[in-house]
Amino acid sequence: MLKTLHTICRTGIVTEPAPASDAALRVGDELQQRIRDILGRALCIRHVDAGSCNGCELEIHALNNPVYNIEGLGIKFVASPRHADLLLVTGPVARNMELALRRVHDATPEPKLVVAIGDCACTGGVFGESYASAGRVANVIPVNVAVAGCPPHPNRILTAILTSIQARNAK
Amino acid sequence: MPLRKWIERATPIPGAPGVCRVNVSTESWHACAADAAAGGGRLLALWADVSREPMMFAAICAGRDVLTLAHELPTAISTYPSLADLFPAAARMQRAVADLSGPRARDFDQRPWLRHAAWPADYLPLASAQTSPEPTAPAADQYGFMRVSGDGVHEIPVGPVHAGIIEPGHFRFSVVGEKVLKLEERLGYVHKGIERKFGEMRANEGQRLAARVSGDSAVAYSWAYCQALEGIARAEVPARAAWLRALALECERIANHLGDLGALGNDAGFAFALAQFSRLKELWLRAVGAALGQRYLFDFVIPGGVADNVDVYRLANLAACGADIAAQAAVLRRIFDEHAGVRDRFAGAGTVPPELAARLGLCGLAGRASGQSFDLRADRPCRPYDELSVRPMVHFEGDVAARVAVRFDELQESLRVVGEISRRLPAGPLRIAFADSAGAGMGIGLIEGWRGPVLVALTIAADGGIQRCHPHDPSWQNWSVLEHAIIGNIVPDFPLINKSFNLSYSGHDL
Repeated sequence: MLKTLHTICRTGIVTEPAPASDAALRVGDELQQRIRDILGRALCIRHVDAGSCNGCELEIHALNNPVYNIEGLGIKFVASPRHADLLLVTGPVARNMELALRRVHDATPEPKLVVAIGDCACTGGVFGESYASAGRVANVIPVNVAVAGCPPHPNRILTAILTSIQARNAK
Repeated sequence: MPLRKWIERATPIPGAPGVCRVNVSTESWHACAADAAAGGGRLLALWADVSREPMMFAAICAGRDVLTLAHELPTAISTYPSLADLFPAAARMQRAVADLSGPRARDFDQRPWLRHAAWPADYLPLASAQTSPEPTAPAADQYGFMRVSGDGVHEIPVGPVHAGIIEPGHFRFSVVGEKVLKLEERLGYVHKGIERKFGEMRANEGQRLAARVSGDSAVAYSWAYCQALEGIARAEVPARAAWLRALALECERIANHLGDLGALGNDAGFAFALAQFSRLKELWLRAVGAALGQRYLFDFVIPGGVADNVDVYRLANLAACGADIAAQAAVLRRIFDEHAGVRDRFAGAGTVPPELAARLGLCGLAGRASGQSFDLRADRPCRPYDELSVRPMVHFEGDVAARVAVRFDELQESLRVVGEISRRLPAGPLRIAFADSAGAGMGIGLIEGWRGPVLVALTIAADGGIQRCHPHDPSWQNWSVLEHAIIGNIVPDFPLINKSFNLSYSGHDL
């Protein structure tokens, strides 16, 4: 126990300041100002891997580490789409996952935000469209914000999440 | 016939050291595999190539050799003898072959495996003559799960979308109270047509796709792909490139082990471990990014060598960061060992005894935690591992605690190797020019990734296009062992046991 406490004290606080939002990442802008005001920054995220290679998942995991400390911003990952305000979707949409992704989207309460993470989610990436892949996420469900990268840096993912909830004129 | 006779008859396959090929008839396909199994052989991969003459392949690791059985089939829809009685892990590989290529094993289980409802049963994605079917509206498929019946038995279906940041797959638990009687997995949700995609690519483009078969093993897949390709082209990469590849592979292993150790502590209710290890992982990824240009090394290993150089100062910084992490991880290990709650959750959970591990072919990291002391870096080292003398880390308890211990041991060993590479990195060019059509034929790459042996079987056509590429993840073998590891444990321990294996869905579903 002493060793644990000693390690905690010696480590101190390593959290870095969060990045600013970036309007350039916004792809759909149909969300109302009012909705963004309601959500504010207390945001619940459901991650859905629709067919990713698991590279983007590694960087999404990093958001929970003490350096990016996403929970410190009032944002947390939840276990069910029914508890979520925002879906964080990775990968090209594998056709075997298409139905599951649609069901998750249906189960998420309005107003729902969708953020597509990584090259594959934005364009289909190296996998493209085929008998087994429906390509980019926007081919299956509407997307609000998309961030490219293979995989995108955690700061870029955080920027995308913050952009999606940032009021349009708040900057 | 003893195994030795088959090996004498075999011809070498270019790529990884010690891989050879023996052509067998229908009768000797099973007999040869049986001799290999009797001689302690372990199935590495099983795949089909129906792009030209339909062929079945099975790569079996036997002692210092990797024997690749090649069996020509009369037609692409022929049947062949099942190897599942010898190697239980073959069953799912054979079902995947039937789904994607056509040939069927003569086995009792003929359920589809990677094919759900997204494309019709008569469409075989890897049979080159067929054009892709029109996409249909997504529909649910009816999979025939095995039913467990009896007093008080009920089922818990989980997935494909899981509660956490992980990949999709379906688990069907049959339980009495909290105790698991049976777990049946249903995978294939992230099947995205990787093998067919390879068939549309040029040989020197394939590395990009190979690196994305399973993102957490990007270096292992890139290297295995390039090893096969360079073997076919009879190309020798410069010494500095080989050493930098090993540096990248160990960086990948360290990052994954750090992440897993934190997640395992967290799954045992010890959030402190997640905070500490994820902090160390971030430190490490930043040091790797500063030294090698990318946090995750997706496109570092390229045909002919490596993409980026590392200067002496950045390399020294990486080694210093490694030494710092080694010291901090040693403290955290003592904290784990002294924590009664963590010990209680780890010890005895998800046990795979060594005899069962050998019988089922458990491989890689999880295998080494169950006494299967195989590590390609030590057993069959390719350059530069022949000069690094990596020690395989073996434990015998086969439980979650043993898989944690193997990760701690391998973390320290890999950090040592990084230090050694930083001191001994030879000078010279980073890559050789690699022509678009540098050779044709078949090659096999075999690299010990952090999870276990990654195999890439590659056939290049005369025009420089990829005729067939089969990437094989160790998760194929280990997923079916996970079903055994959970038997008799309680449902709430499943996340912990599953994490202790940390298998790839994407690498398996292809």
